[in-house]
Amino acid sequence: MSRFALLSFEFKESMLIALRAIRANKVRSALTMLGIFIGITVVVLMTTAIKGIDNSFQKGISALGSDDLYIDKWTWFTNNEWWKMRNRRNITMEDYEKFKEMAKLPVAIAPEIDTRQSLKYQTYSVDNVFVLGTTAEYVRTTNFTFDQGRFFSDVESKSARNVCIIGSDIAKKLFPLGNALDKEIKIGNEPFRIVGVLTEQGSFILGAFNPDERAYIPIGCVFRNFMNRAHGSITIDVRAANTAMIPDTKAEAEGLMRKIRGLSFNQENDFGINQQEGLIDNFNKVTGVIKIAGLFITGLSLFVGAIGIMNIMFVSVKERTKEIGLRKAIGAKRRSILAQFLMESSFICLVGGVAGLIAAILLSFLVNQFIVTSVDYSAVVIAIVVSLITGLVSGFAPAYTAAKMDPVEALRFE
Amino acid sequence: MNIINIEHIAKVYQVGTEEVHALRDVSLRIDKNEYVAIMGPSGSGKSTLMNMLGCLDTPTSGKYEFNGVSVSQMSDNDLAKIRNKEIGFVFQTFNLLARSDALHNVELPLIYAGVSASERKERAEQALMDVGLKERMHHKPNELSGGQRQRVAVARALVTRPSIILADEPTGNLDSKTGEEIMILFNEIYEKGNTIILVTHEEYIAEHAARILRIKDGLIESDSPVSNRFIPKARFATEQA
Repeated sequence: MSRFALLSFEFKESMLIALRAIRANKVRSALTMLGIFIGITVVVLMTTAIKGIDNSFQKGISALGSDDLYIDKWTWFTNNEWWKMRNRRNITMEDYEKFKEMAKLPVAIAPEIDTRQSLKYQTYSVDNVFVLGTTAEYVRTTNFTFDQGRFFSDVESKSARNVCIIGSDIAKKLFPLGNALDKEIKIGNEPFRIVGVLTEQGSFILGAFNPDERAYIPIGCVFRNFMNRAHGSITIDVRAANTAMIPDTKAEAEGLMRKIRGLSFNQENDFGINQQEGLIDNFNKVTGVIKIAGLFITGLSLFVGAIGIMNIMFVSVKERTKEIGLRKAIGAKRRSILAQFLMESSFICLVGGVAGLIAAILLSFLVNQFIVTSVDYSAVVIAIVVSLITGLVSGFAPAYTAAKMDPVEALRFE
Repeated sequence: MNIINIEHIAKVYQVGTEEVHALRDVSLRIDKNEYVAIMGPSGSGKSTLMNMLGCLDTPTSGKYEFNGVSVSQMSDNDLAKIRNKEIGFVFQTFNLLARSDALHNVELPLIYAGVSASERKERAEQALMDVGLKERMHHKPNELSGGQRQRVAVARALVTRPSIILADEPTGNLDSKTGEEIMILFNEIYEKGNTIILVTHEEYIAEHAARILRIKDGLIESDSPVSNRFIPKARFATEQA
């Protein structure tokens, strides 16, 4: 027999011996598999959930537009003293109008201001909705798509008509049977006609930023009905032509804003020009911790499963000392015995791992109800490789113990 | 030619700080188609000698040639090969795999010899037939009587067509009647031209052999042919009845 043929023969025979041993101890093997099963299930589910959270964030970011700048009274995600920022002057509609007139680089500029209101339709209501007041140009700072209808027009915006656009979650809550278009709802105590419903963005991770849970009305309506114009500080949304243009657009915006606000050269900016980068950094910081903690904890359960395998394999080796002695006496080499036990532990792990993977895939459909996600192909490969490696690593010490047994001692073992 | 040629072998075990001389100075030759019984009280060194003969252990000093090949310095793996090809073991406690049927138990040494599955089955079936267990091939050890179990073990020893059969108290766990059946089987194997080494402490079992070797305190006390060897007759009387 050639060397390769010999090795493949030995491989096959060791596998058959291992399978016999597993079959002979069905309950024990199944319980051991359970450890790996649970480990792989939770690790794959955790990876899938993390992917879902990432997806959601990316979608939200791209819906809001990743080439946007936000000129705000507050500088986001900074360690600047908040009391200094609190004392900054508000950014007003006049600032916005001047800015819009002078700015050359942005492709779209829109003011925005939030107000929290209750939305009602017949007996349905949603409290504490972020209602965003803005202009018709706002939609061009975003990548919104519409399930029904449209954004409000320039005319509607300028004349502050009572029209609104609602996010998909709001639509579901107020109109469980669908067809929200052209219905009249109440925002606060004011009647508004729905002219558009947004497509679902599924970016729950953005919280208050999530377009699914917002409503949009002309900014004039906010000042007329919900807020004194003198008290609110607006945010100016500025869309750069493309990502490469962001630095130039930002520089222009800074210069213009300093001019508009009448700042002299030695005065600090009394406004912030914010980017989503800040949001992304912040997100990564938070989810990074969640990812590490999540994978660590679920990894622990896999580790516990691996210890279970090792434990059982040690028991199995001890229990079969006499068998090992006999096998050696009749001609089993060290590597035959090693292979036999390694095969046994890896097979247990592989079966447990594949079962765990299947369970994780099924459970991910359940998770998908809350977080849009799916099991990656890479997760499938990784899960199988990890369970095989777990089997080999945790089976090695027991298998090695068995392989180096002295046949005389082993045969004498009672 | 001698199958076994041992010259001045000794085996010393280290037990704690004490040295135990299990074998002191043993020289021995065994020819093809001999039937040798090794006798001795416990602690005499007969188990050590048997392990040595079976290539399960190597001597501390001295020379051991098996079929002209020196095995005293061999590695574990090479010893395993020799055991697989040249030696058929029969143990007092049978040492069958409890969860496997008779056929698989007999196939076992052939697996380690690298014999293909189909040839393995054929040879194992033949070996079981030779010991009169054709009908019991697919029974597990716990479905077989003591005598039948030992016959499976004998079939397992014979299946590789070894140079020697090494039997360690093969009748020790059997009643005298089934023990006698096993001795009938050994006699048949011997008469077919095989070499048998039998370790026992029962005088009447030893008398089945053609030569008796007595060990005491790690030395050969006597080594003599049996003048009127007991030749058992009647094959498997109980089964045929």
